[in-house]
Amino acid sequence: MSVNEESIQSTSHRRTWRDVDLRAVAPFAALALLLIVGAIVNPNFIGLNNLANVATRCAFIAIIAVGATFVISAGDLDLSVGSMVAFVASLMILFMNSGVIADPTLMLTAAVVFAVAAGAACGLANGLITTVGRIEPFIATLGTMGIYRGLTTWLSQGGAITLREPEIQELYRPAYFGSILGVPVPIAIILAVTAVAAVILYRTRYGRHVVAVGSNSDVARYSGIAVNRVRTIAFVIQGLCVAIAVLLYVPRLGSTSATTGILWELQAITAVVVGGTALKGGAGRVWGTICGAFILELVGNIMLLSNFISEYLIGAMQGAIIIIAMLVQRSLVRKS
Amino acid sequence: MNPETVEAGSVVLEARRISKSFSGVQVLFSVNFELRAGEIHALMGENGAGKSTLVKILSGFEQPSSGEILLDGNPVTLPPNGAAEALGIVIIHQEFNLAEHLTVAESLFLGREVTRFGVLDRKYMRAETRRVLDLLGCRVDANALISSLSIAEKQMVEIAKAISRDARVVFMDEPTAVLSREETNFLFRQVRKLREQGTSFVFVSHKLDEVLELTDRVTVLRDGQWVKTAPTAILDGESIAQLMVGREMSSLYPAKTEPDVDEEIVLRVESVSTDYVKDASFEVRKGEILGFSGMIGSGRTELMEAVAGLRSRLSGEVTIRGEAVTSGDVHAANRQGLAYMTKDRKAKGLLLNSGMTANLTLQSLGRHARLGYLDPNSEAAALERARRRFDIRVRDGNVVARRMSGGNQQKLLLAKVMETEPEIIIIDEPTRGIDVGTKQQIYHFISALARDGRSIIVVSSEMPEVIGLCTRVAVMREGRIVGMLEGDEITEQEIMRYAAGLKRMAAA
Repeated sequence: MSVNEESIQSTSHRRTWRDVDLRAVAPFAALALLLIVGAIVNPNFIGLNNLANVATRCAFIAIIAVGATFVISAGDLDLSVGSMVAFVASLMILFMNSGVIADPTLMLTAAVVFAVAAGAACGLANGLITTVGRIEPFIATLGTMGIYRGLTTWLSQGGAITLREPEIQELYRPAYFGSILGVPVPIAIILAVTAVAAVILYRTRYGRHVVAVGSNSDVARYSGIAVNRVRTIAFVIQGLCVAIAVLLYVPRLGSTSATTGILWELQAITAVVVGGTALKGGAGRVWGTICGAFILELVGNIMLLSNFISEYLIGAMQGAIIIIAMLVQRSLVRKS
Repeated sequence: MNPETVEAGSVVLEARRISKSFSGVQVLFSVNFELRAGEIHALMGENGAGKSTLVKILSGFEQPSSGEILLDGNPVTLPPNGAAEALGIVIIHQEFNLAEHLTVAESLFLGREVTRFGVLDRKYMRAETRRVLDLLGCRVDANALISSLSIAEKQMVEIAKAISRDARVVFMDEPTAVLSREETNFLFRQVRKLREQGTSFVFVSHKLDEVLELTDRVTVLRDGQWVKTAPTAILDGESIAQLMVGREMSSLYPAKTEPDVDEEIVLRVESVSTDYVKDASFEVRKGEILGFSGMIGSGRTELMEAVAGLRSRLSGEVTIRGEAVTSGDVHAANRQGLAYMTKDRKAKGLLLNSGMTANLTLQSLGRHARLGYLDPNSEAAALERARRRFDIRVRDGNVVARRMSGGNQQKLLLAKVMETEPEIIIIDEPTRGIDVGTKQQIYHFISALARDGRSIIVVSSEMPEVIGLCTRVAVMREGRIVGMLEGDEITEQEIMRYAAGLKRMAAA
């Protein structure tokens, strides 16, 4: 028996250093590498100002990608998020322009509630179409992507929708440009959203169900988990995250158009994959997602600050990153 | 099938002092094994004894850490990843390697398609497929889609695939695990036929009776070591089992305890029908172990899934302690104290990439959550309890389910289901693909649960299991319950009579 116990001891010791999950560490290693590269390319890069700027600018994608982490962990996919941003933001601005409530503070509060409800409803629609309608999430959200985009174009009549009330604008501005205790509001919101999401995904019954459904929906079903409800709620969470991103987006420009949020779904999904979440479901990494979103923005920033690559290639670069991330993920799986 | 090498008794494939370690853990210790031309050689041992590893090494899927492999007396290094097929060494995997969307002929020639002028020669491939299938006495159409075949037919196609590659050595890992008795007999006839032609078989199985029936010699491994090789004729089931576990098998089955006749009826199923199941009625008393026997495909699993709410009922009533259970609602059934343990632990039972804790508590997370927030300490305590209660033996508590042995997976699955603290437990194939030692343990767990006052339904294709455990046995055939046996009636012959349709109970 004592021999047996010894072997137990030694194996558990060896695991501690060998079994560090490379996929969880990889995105942070990549981030560190990028920071070094950036510092070499341009000394201004590593300054706190520049980095805070980058973090602020990645806020939209980061927050949307947090929602995408839930959808992807549950084994689904949402392609409609970019269009959803445009649609929800347009609705919100139109609501504020409608002037149904006279008091600007009250109006803004109502508009926030309205936007959140609209985002949740869009997510719910995606979820119900995929689960109740039993349509592949890829196809279902490809459809709603067209619908949300089309509705936005129609609402704006091909032009722009602009927030007209100067009082509301003034009141709303700090939501993007302000700061709390020296931290820019968007960064504070990223951190808050991510922290809440991490608690939900790792520490609640619902989070465990998401991972179980994404990992093997049959096992989940035989374990008495309401699979369709879990998947639908993930889409609703995605919708809520889009709404939060919209709440930051509107005060920034105060206007939307048919091209708002184009290709954001690509960036959000890239951020999730770069962050180490398995695209086939079953393993979600919320903090990795944030890291992924930051990496994407950072690459763009480095390209801007350096002189040897044209910044017009940013889109191509982001496309390349998702492919590289998948390759890296797969090679890490093989090794383990 | 090279006629020159077919000399009865000559050694085709030999392993000498084979050792193998995986990341520092030695799993085979200097094992010897020899396979003669035209013999069926059983390879036996408990789970984790090293059978699968030895099979993988002898078929080239793993390389030995030390020792040598001789083919026709010449030392060889077997090429990896199935390339050993070119040498006539073929392995038929436990999990089928057939693509569902291909036809039988396409499957047979997958990866070595025959072409004429660069175009697939379908006619030739179909004819050749037909020839091989006829050789096996298998009536499957060469143009049939794999997805349309029964499990037994798929098994035959796998074997046909092996023969069409001129296999001299065929490894079969638990080939009968998914076959009914009839299908097994058919398979054995074909295997014997091929043996006459000089093909050698290595037969890995947990079913002692089949080993005794089919094989010529037996090699037993225990804890990675060679224990004995002997002609099957001089062994019996008891002696093989003893060699495998290295201890006297006191009694595989615990003593039966029958519930009182006036004990409360906890589960009542009245004329339940689904797509396949017709008009099934039965009841279970508190503390009873009720068996369900029958051929594969007789509708047992479908009936149990309908009872457990995993499948909607077309008609009929299920009541637990007098309370009706909603059709197709697993949750409701769970809440009312009924749990179903699937026979498919890999695809439906466990999250293979998750650890033991996540698996254990998945069905009962509510017990470890307050307002949805999970308490890791409570979960850890549950795992500790379950490991002790069900004797789950793993070296590392963080191991993912995929890496656990079949026996430990089965214990974990049982523990997971028991976490919901059900009063009625339906266990579908309690010991599929696990070793004798673990089987015995599981039988004792089941018996202890019944003595605790829980009611258990055991669905099993292994007749000895049903006979050894249950005080009442229902027999199903073609979607109907055709027999209900009690006491002395519970014998293999009697069950067989009902299962084969020779006898049926008078309509109640």
